[in-house]
Amino acid sequence: MQHDSVETAGELLIILRHAPHGSSWLREGLDAALVAAAFGRQVTLLFCGEGVTALVAEQTAGPLGQKGTQPTLEMLAMYDIDTLLVDQQALDERGLTAADLLLPVRPLAPPQLAAALAAHPLVLNF
Amino acid sequence: MRYALLVQGGPYSHQAAHSALRFAEAAIARGHHLETVFFYHDGVYNAARLAAPPQDEPHLVDGFRSLHEAHGTQLKVCIAAGLRRGLLDEREAARHGKQGHSLEAPFELTGLGQLIDAGLSHDRLITFSP
Repeated sequence: MQHDSVETAGELLIILRHAPHGSSWLREGLDAALVAAAFGRQVTLLFCGEGVTALVAEQTAGPLGQKGTQPTLEMLAMYDIDTLLVDQQALDERGLTAADLLLPVRPLAPPQLAAALAAHPLVLNF
Repeated sequence: MRYALLVQGGPYSHQAAHSALRFAEAAIARGHHLETVFFYHDGVYNAARLAAPPQDEPHLVDGFRSLHEAHGTQLKVCIAAGLRRGLLDEREAARHGKQGHSLEAPFELTGLGQLIDAGLSHDRLITFSP
């Protein structure tokens, strides 16, 4: 176990499992996080699977038409969303390390992921 | 128990909405209270007023509507997800200069904050996603 705060973290855990471009899952999941934070809820984000690619630095919206998510991620701190958990295994599988990412994150091993899920009274999965 | 459902799958494209309705009916039959269904992502299409499925398929929109009529379940549709997908009630249609409306009571357009409230105020929030 790394840190007590995973177990004692916020009221709401939002799991992000989709890459930024190709669907609106990530954007709509982040919208839910921002709204919850704006209503004063303590929000934790967990990036899993393809969702870890959301955090890769230096993305642009480009010509794809989908509104990019990087500006939203950069705003998280303003909403006091600063517990960003990342599935370590998903990083490893994609050859990524925490240094490749836009924001400081806490990588978690599978047992810690389970603890994070258990620690939040409400979990929303996007 | 007091249940809320979150539906994120579009009707007929995915199993999610079918399963949500079946879960709703089963939970109620077991004596639980289904107080809220929240529609988000492509789930907002389950509120389409003009849905006209073939007669030999379950009518999902009517299925959700009857939850409200029989059990008072609130049917809440995320306004941001709805508007960008063309789900507008009369008021929003007028506001955006559209000729028709595609969503009507008992479905109601509401903010995402209502999803968070539902999640925290009910005993269980069950998500149905594709």
